[in-house]
Amino acid sequence: MSGEEFVPLSLTPLLIGTFAAIACALPGNFLVLRKQALIGDAISHVVLPGIVVAFLVTGAISTWPMMLGAAGAAIVAVVLIEAIRRLGQIEPGAAMGVVFTTMFAAGVLLLEQTDTSTVHLDVEHALYGNLESLIWLDATGWGSLLDVEALAGLPPELPRIALTLVGVSVFTWLFWRPLKISTFDEGFARTIGIRTGALGMALVITAAIAAVAAFDAVGSIIVIAMFICPPAAARMLTNRLEAQIAWSIVFATASAVSGYVLAGYGPLWLGGSDAVSAAGMIATMSGLILAAAAMFGPCRAHIGAHTST
Amino acid sequence: MLGLVSNDGVTLEDSGLGESPLAVRGLTVSYGQKPAVFSVDMTVQPGAMTAIIGPNGAGKSTLLKAALGIVNPLSGQVTVFGQPLEAQRARIAYVPQRASVDWDFPTRVIDVVLMGLSRELGLLGRVRARHKACAMDCLNRVGMRDFADRQIGQLSGGQQQRVFLARALAQGADLYLLDEPFAGVDAATEKAIIAVLKSLKEAGKTVVVVHHDLATVTDYFDHVFLINTRKVAEGPVSEAFTAETLQAAYGGRLATAQIDQISRALG
Repeated sequence: MSGEEFVPLSLTPLLIGTFAAIACALPGNFLVLRKQALIGDAISHVVLPGIVVAFLVTGAISTWPMMLGAAGAAIVAVVLIEAIRRLGQIEPGAAMGVVFTTMFAAGVLLLEQTDTSTVHLDVEHALYGNLESLIWLDATGWGSLLDVEALAGLPPELPRIALTLVGVSVFTWLFWRPLKISTFDEGFARTIGIRTGALGMALVITAAIAAVAAFDAVGSIIVIAMFICPPAAARMLTNRLEAQIAWSIVFATASAVSGYVLAGYGPLWLGGSDAVSAAGMIATMSGLILAAAAMFGPCRAHIGAHTST
Repeated sequence: MLGLVSNDGVTLEDSGLGESPLAVRGLTVSYGQKPAVFSVDMTVQPGAMTAIIGPNGAGKSTLLKAALGIVNPLSGQVTVFGQPLEAQRARIAYVPQRASVDWDFPTRVIDVVLMGLSRELGLLGRVRARHKACAMDCLNRVGMRDFADRQIGQLSGGQQQRVFLARALAQGADLYLLDEPFAGVDAATEKAIIAVLKSLKEAGKTVVVVHHDLATVTDYFDHVFLINTRKVAEGPVSEAFTAETLQAAYGGRLATAQIDQISRALG
């Protein structure tokens, strides 16, 4: 494919999909090890009331208020989950389940009470995103990457998810050591002065922000898949957290790129005529990678095989 | 006695708080309606090995965790070497119960020991050759040098316990607090651990161990602290570890035969 076709039509969706996948996979590594991976699922549900409230307040469909509403709802949810878990001495899975169903239900009720005929808040759009539509029409070829005028026409999702990825990466790099220690041994972490409660909260809030930014760009199905599949597959390839994180980035990228390409061209290769959903294909690819790792990964035998008695 | 006068006019040295590596006053911890630890005073003797003893559910581990700020007490005061806990964290090493962590965590033995150096390393400090050498030395002291590159899930229970002890050694602390280090370990490990703890004592360090095996108390420890939610007894083994105090701590849960056996062992 020539640059004239590739740059305007495929480069931005590929980059957005890849950045979103990595931004979710990075905190996903810690969430999976902390058995909190379903928080991605929870966040994708709780953003609904946030978006509806943002719409009610501003009365318009504009991106920033909606994203702020979604992020606000996500943060309220993770704080509620932590509070229920700690005060009620309830296991994290149950606390998540209670909070996200309640908040999602409240979102549905709110939506029902508002005039939705003028509002484009349909479920399909939210679930699968609209990756294919994030094209860069101002580009004419690779040279456009240096053209200021053309760059101004980039889909706004791209700088947004890029910035989110930078934020998530900096958080992971900066707090690498305390995150690792407190994920492995929370009691010990507290005795050396790590504020494990605040750090755990910062981790889920980082995950929530990554989820909301990715949700806006690529839909919730990728978010849920990327929190779990690349880190879980990476765990089966290595026994070192550092290597696990590197592999999870490789798998997130591979899922995004292969999923996007297969969704666009796979059906044509098979003799069909229509492309399929890129988001759906990316999530499917991440699942296939996980399945392959589960069958052939060199370190899969240790997980859960050794009980600590 | 000079100085160190607290607000209510009692000198800290008089109350024994000033010199003690770990002093607890009026500590109450509750996980629900029922207190796990109720109004406990404890004064750990410096340079000694102290066993915290009591029946299951008596609050032994909770006492340790509350003293370390891992669980929040309802009330009470903790001082470490005469100062608030936060100011003295660098002087404390803690070995949690082995079963409290997930041993499938993706990390190697040497990485766990290096966690003991995290205060020195800070947030972004690089692990240098001297840090690795220190970690290897600590592994050597517990006889685990050859296992440095193993994944921690591949170790036996006793080996895992020794790795935890090596991490505590790497912290270079003055006060060592261990929660059930002998639970479910092989005889060789128990021997290795007690040898290390005795060497710490000889080096002037203070060691506190939550312990469950009454038969080894007299061999291993200088002091005992008996607890059953409330403090039952505290003092040198010869004074505080008696048939009466054991009966008081364990009640009907300890067979009379066991108490007789211990009484005989105590002479």
